[in-house]
Amino acid sequence: MSDLRESVITRSLPLPQPGLDNAPFYEAARRGELRFQRCSECGAFRHYPRPICPACQSTNYTWELSSGRGVIYTWTVVHGPTLPAFQDQLPYNVVDVLLDEGVHFQSQVLDCPPGEIHAGMPVQAVFVPVSEDITLVKFRRAGERGSIEAPT
Amino acid sequence: MSSHRLRDQAAIVGIGQTPYSKGLGRSEFDMAVEAILTACADAGIAPREIDGVVRYDMETTDEEQLLSVVGPGLRYQASTSWGGGGSVSVLVHAALAIAMGMANHVLVFRSRARGKKSVFGKDSKLGGRYWERIADRLPDLTQWHIPHGLVSAFQEMAMITRRHMIEYGTTEEQFAEVAVAMRRHALRNPNAVMRAPMTIADHHSSRMIAEPLRLFDCNIETDGACALIVSSRERARDLRQPPALIHAGALSAGSHHMRLATLFARDRDDDSAARAGRQLWESSGLRPSEIDAFFCYDFFTSFVIIALEDYGFCKRGEGGPFVEDQGLYFEGGRLATNTNGGQLSEAFIHGMNNNLEAVRQIRGTSTSQVPDCELVLLAGANTDPTGAVILRREA
Repeated sequence: MSDLRESVITRSLPLPQPGLDNAPFYEAARRGELRFQRCSECGAFRHYPRPICPACQSTNYTWELSSGRGVIYTWTVVHGPTLPAFQDQLPYNVVDVLLDEGVHFQSQVLDCPPGEIHAGMPVQAVFVPVSEDITLVKFRRAGERGSIEAPT
Repeated sequence: MSSHRLRDQAAIVGIGQTPYSKGLGRSEFDMAVEAILTACADAGIAPREIDGVVRYDMETTDEEQLLSVVGPGLRYQASTSWGGGGSVSVLVHAALAIAMGMANHVLVFRSRARGKKSVFGKDSKLGGRYWERIADRLPDLTQWHIPHGLVSAFQEMAMITRRHMIEYGTTEEQFAEVAVAMRRHALRNPNAVMRAPMTIADHHSSRMIAEPLRLFDCNIETDGACALIVSSRERARDLRQPPALIHAGALSAGSHHMRLATLFARDRDDDSAARAGRQLWESSGLRPSEIDAFFCYDFFTSFVIIALEDYGFCKRGEGGPFVEDQGLYFEGGRLATNTNGGQLSEAFIHGMNNNLEAVRQIRGTSTSQVPDCELVLLAGANTDPTGAVILRREA
């Protein structure tokens, strides 16, 4: 993971503060797992974490393991202005990944030139520890079967 | 919501503003005072007659400060959340207060010092742009965006814009058509900050901000304040200006651009702006083809295209072709839109400057006047919980 860590600026990077609704997400990420809430009644996955299912209003749910597989739904390449923490990365990509479980997740594709990102591009979650308690979920390009391609 | 009960109960009877500028060197309170006093004079009422106010919740001039401007008779007070999403909601709340007899004259206003040299500007003594003032730890829902470099609205809007291109084939040329139409309106408007002519090529050569959005796709940042006075239709008859009747009004909760996970999970046709539009058509009995001028929250060129779809002026996905061949220009276009130059070229007073121009169209005093303008649709930001009204000229 050390090579991936190098690609994420941690200096003065604003980090999530886990709270009562979302702490299990960050605990899972620290273990290298991507977990989302899943409704115990209708089975729908959801993100961001909430105490109630937006589809059926059930308050019963579990934190289910995601495949980490998804496709690029949309993206941008940021040219600036941006925060000082990201200044050295310009231009950088930000993507919306539609995961196989049906939830949207905002992140970045690592080691992918901006010009190669496209809608429907398969990606796979990877885990990038950035502090003692926070591991960020990023993505890398994946083959059609979800296998991770070798880093370039 | 049986919003037909609002029909023509209230009217916008006064409008006022400061000059718009990239740097006025004035406080937001000071600019608010000028806009409020100017609106009162326009209406022909004394400031002390104002007994209601609806403001943005992020407005820095509050109800206690307003007592110095309008006196101790201020009673009705409300605010709208979600920034630009509330830019027309304030008028709906004002109309509700009038219709329910909670106030006689309701003030609606916004004051913003955001020009480069202003207190909240780029070189600010108060810490620069709002999105640059971010804590090391993010306890709120911004934690899903900011740590991945999605730090400001224009980047989030770029993501939504790109998706519109993916789904419908919308093009950067179509974004440029919007920017150029707004600039052409601004060239006719002495109030407008941006007065240099713009071509499609100028748009394409402006610097990239967040792909696919270029500098000329983004709203400008300015100093200025706007105020409107809303009164009852009966009182309006005795006042100085021809009233702009609030014919229909809608409020609609929905997604927010700072929460893309849920925004992309929702069907756009069931999200805030589209539902606000349906409420307006259902409560007014009007059709989009009957509207003479459209005022939408033009924070980015692409969201003008999307707003045309949201409010039913064209089918979903056809907003791009709709704006082609200067389709939004007040003369010879498909639908006169933001005839002041909007927030892309006149000023960015958080939507409120478009509200003023909508009233001018009803009065017949715009510098890009639509002939015989009787009905105007005015909408707040379409990436937020929002509101919209139809204004009508008194028969």
